[in-house]
Parts: sequence; structure tokens; C-alpha cells
Amino acid sequence: MALRIRNQRQDFPGLSRRLAKDRLFKGGVFFLSMVTISPIVLIIYKLVSNGYRQINFDFFSKKAPDTYEAMVAVGAGEIIPGGILNGITGTLFMVLIASVMAIPLGLLIGIFLYDQKTKRYAGLVRDLVDILQGVPSIVLGLIAYFWVVKTITHGFSALAGSTALAIMMLPLIIRSTEETLKMIPETIREAGYALGVPYHKIILRVLIPSGFSGLATGILLAISRVIGETAPLMLTALGSMEVNLNIAKPTSAVPLLIWEFYNDPNMVDLIWSSSLFLMMIVLLLNLLSKQLIAKRT
Amino acid sequence: MSELIKHISDPVLEIKDLSVSYNKDKPAVSEVSAGIKRNKVTAIMGPSGCGKSTLLRAINRMHDLYPNIKIEGDIFLNGEDTSDLSTIMLRRKIGMVFQRPNPFPTMSIHDNVIAGYKLNGIRLSKSDRNDIVEKSLRDVALWDEVKDSLTKRGTFLSGGQQQRLCIARALAFRPDVILLDEPTSALDPVATKKVEELLVQLKEDYTILLVTHNMSQAARISDFSMFMYLGELIEYGKTKDMFVKPVDKRTEEYLTGKFS
Repeated sequence: MALRIRNQRQDFPGLSRRLAKDRLFKGGVFFLSMVTISPIVLIIYKLVSNGYRQINFDFFSKKAPDTYEAMVAVGAGEIIPGGILNGITGTLFMVLIASVMAIPLGLLIGIFLYDQKTKRYAGLVRDLVDILQGVPSIVLGLIAYFWVVKTITHGFSALAGSTALAIMMLPLIIRSTEETLKMIPETIREAGYALGVPYHKIILRVLIPSGFSGLATGILLAISRVIGETAPLMLTALGSMEVNLNIAKPTSAVPLLIWEFYNDPNMVDLIWSSSLFLMMIVLLLNLLSKQLIAKRT
Repeated sequence: MSELIKHISDPVLEIKDLSVSYNKDKPAVSEVSAGIKRNKVTAIMGPSGCGKSTLLRAINRMHDLYPNIKIEGDIFLNGEDTSDLSTIMLRRKIGMVFQRPNPFPTMSIHDNVIAGYKLNGIRLSKSDRNDIVEKSLRDVALWDEVKDSLTKRGTFLSGGQQQRLCIARALAFRPDVILLDEPTSALDPVATKKVEELLVQLKEDYTILLVTHNMSQAARISDFSMFMYLGELIEYGKTKDMFVKPVDKRTEEYLTGKFS
């Protein structure tokens, strides 16, 4: 190999300069890629090294401690008692309700946009969906506050938090549904038509099964997007020290707990472990959706 | 050309003054009239863009999907105006096979064959289902190759096998006519030969209308040939006669490779 390159060097003047340039370029790309991934590595390192001590069975099975318990433990040099059970249940509860609201609606609107590609009204809907995706989450929190907290539940509630999260999930699900359906080859659709299959059945029985992993990926990414949302929940779900599964009552969530821990000088260690937990969930959802994409192709 | 249409008695399909246009300026198919003979292979030839696929897709009303396509003229299936039939009934009587094999990717081989029944919500007993699947797969000479893997996905087969599976799917309804739109253009020579042999066998039970850009394929397997150019049906006759002694100068030029 080396011999051949040497021979080529004789044949092509300037080849060694080109090879040097190539090496320089490769090195530059490698360096920049390292720069790009270093924040995520540093984040995970920090979360693990500061948070692992608090991760134990109690962390998943006990409610958040009050500030006095935490102060005593910290004073004695022990780990803080209690966990984030109220946050975990609250997050699961609210994301579940938000999913129930957003997934069917998002799928239907996505199918509608795919179906009506060229119609003017569909174009308008598509533009509005894009705008919705750009609305700051705190604004959605405010809207949910006025729509749900003030008029329906007359107080901070899980329902209000779920509503804000559902509005955030909608555009993500709509666009991923539309894009997934677009990627299914026209020939598959035509195969259905040529058998005399009515249009709605082609969508339900041919297109949706064919695009299933794509649709599931979109939904998982939407969930992982909202699971760490804090701002809209502050204005809607408020937070709670109890495990709450009543949609009309204030509810805690993991990101809300992180915010509360941050405001309490005795609970600093719990910030890290809660953040680590949240990060791991999001990572897991992302890996799962990557797996689904890999399966599809 | 028009003489020959009179010769065909009892045509399966009768196309009368059919025009199809995608936009206002220029029709893709203009005023085509022809009768299609029962239990024969009829080939539609012509250079790309001559309207042969457009003509074929008008026959089972695939154009209905696209509201901006305008269609004039009539097509009769066994003397019945096809515009009076629902597309569901029409497409049960006229099967279609496409250029690229397109089995349903989420369905097993078994389910692909009876997809027309399943997707239309037609209930069948288990023994009927199995009979239809076996008969259709035997008709396309695929049964021996796949009988042990009927539950596997259709996309797991080779390209040629997939295309025969798609033909089996079209046969499952026992249609009168099978439309094939360049069915071998995505296949290798060996798979092409198999599909061609199959089509010759199938004409005993079905009428076959085949679009092809491959002249030698038309010469090999068709009984009748149409030559289309710029949306018009230039010449239509027995394949042997057309290849030996084309009537129209344009047909002769096409067949001798002056243009393609």
C-alpha cells in the first residue's frame, strides 16, 4: 500500500500536498465533532457524580422531604431522606393525560394534512401548526391557566398542566405523522386502490400499519420533549407535596420538584439526583425512538 | 385500424373515443377507440410519454383519484358501461399489476394474496381463504416456492417473486381482465422470462392487457399489439402482422428503432 502511494506521488505532482490537506481536514472535522459532543458528556458526568448518592430505593418510593428533615440530615452529614415519588407520579399522570388528548388529535390532523396536501385550507392549518410549535412554553402555560385553571378547575390542577403539555405535543405529532405518511411510497397506496379498497380503509389498514414505527417515533419524541417542561407547569399544576392522582387538584412533577429543591438550600443534593433521573428518562425515550427508526429502514 | 375493431366480436373491453388530459392544453390520450379480444394478450407499445400507461389506468379508473384529470369517452366491460359500476366492483373485475412490485409491506404472503378481500371487509371461511391463496399462488407458479413460508412478510421475497405475488393478488378476485403496466421493467432477465411465460399461460383464463416499452417482449408474448404515439392510437393489429408489415410509417420507424 505504502509502495503504491509512493509510486503515485511520482506520477502526480502535488499529490502529497493534497494528502496533507486531506489529513488536516479530517483532523479538523474530528476536533469539531469532539467539541460538539463534549457538553453532553460533561453534563452526564456532572449529574452522575453529584446525583448518584441520592439514588436509592427511597428515591423512587418516598415523597419529597420537608426542609427540616433535609436540614437535619445535611447537618449530620447523611444523605437526605425521602425521594421524588410525588414528582414521578405527577409527571407520569400529567404526561399520560396530555398524551390521551394530543395523540389522537395529532394523528388525525396529520392524516388530514397528508390527505389534503394541495388544498389551501390544509396549507393554512400547516402554517398555523408551525407557528404553534414556535410559541414559548410559558405562553402556553398562561393560556392553560386562563382556559382551565380559571374556568374549569377553579384552581391549579393536573388537568391544566396536561392541557399545556398537550398543546406542546400537538405540532410535533402532527408534523411527524404527516412526514411519515408522505414517506410511504405512492405505489403501496395504488396497490390498495387497484383492489378497489375505499380510501379510508387504505389509510387505516395500509398506510398506518406501514408507517407505524414512524408514528410511534413521533409520539415518543413528543413525550420526551414535554416531560422536562417546567415553565408551563408552574402556572398550571403548581406543585404538591403529596402524591396526587386527582385531575382537579394541584400536582407535582419532576421538573417542578427540581425547581423547588433549587429554592431550598438544604435540598441541593436532590437537585442533582432528580435531574439525573429526568435526563435518563429522556435519554431512554430518545434511544427507544432511534431503535424504532432503525427497525423501519 | 378501424377495420380490425370490427373483426373483434364479443370484446371483453371496448374503448370508445377515450381522451384523458392532465391539463387543458394537450390531452395525454386523445380519442382512442379499440376493442380488446377475450383470452388474448394485447400489448400497448410506444415511446415514453405516448400515453400508454395513461390509457391503461383509465380502464380501471385509477384516474378517479386525481380530481384534476379530465376523461372523456366511454369504456365498456362485457358490454356494460364502466362508469355505471362502482370502482369497487370495477376493480374486482379488472385487476392491475404495477411497474414495481408493491406487496403490502406489513402483510404476510398469505394476507397479501387475499388483501383484496381483507381490505374490502369481505368475510371468507378459513377453507375458502386457503383455497383462494393456494389457487392464486399456483396460477403464478409461486406456490411451491412459498408454501412453507406463507406467514412471512411479502417483502421478504425476491423482486421477481414479489411481482408474481402481486399478480396472484390481482388474480385472487378471479377478474375478467388483468392490466399490467410494464410489469417486468424492474426485474432481471430470468425473473422477466418467468413472468412472460406466466402471462402466456394465464391468457387461457384471463384477458391480458400489457403496457410495455420493450418491443421484443411484445413480439414474444402478445397476440395483438397497439402502437401509440403522442397520445394517439396509430396502429392496432395482430402482433405478427404489425411486426412483419406495419401499415403506418411511424410504426415502422418505431419498430426499426428510428426513434424510441
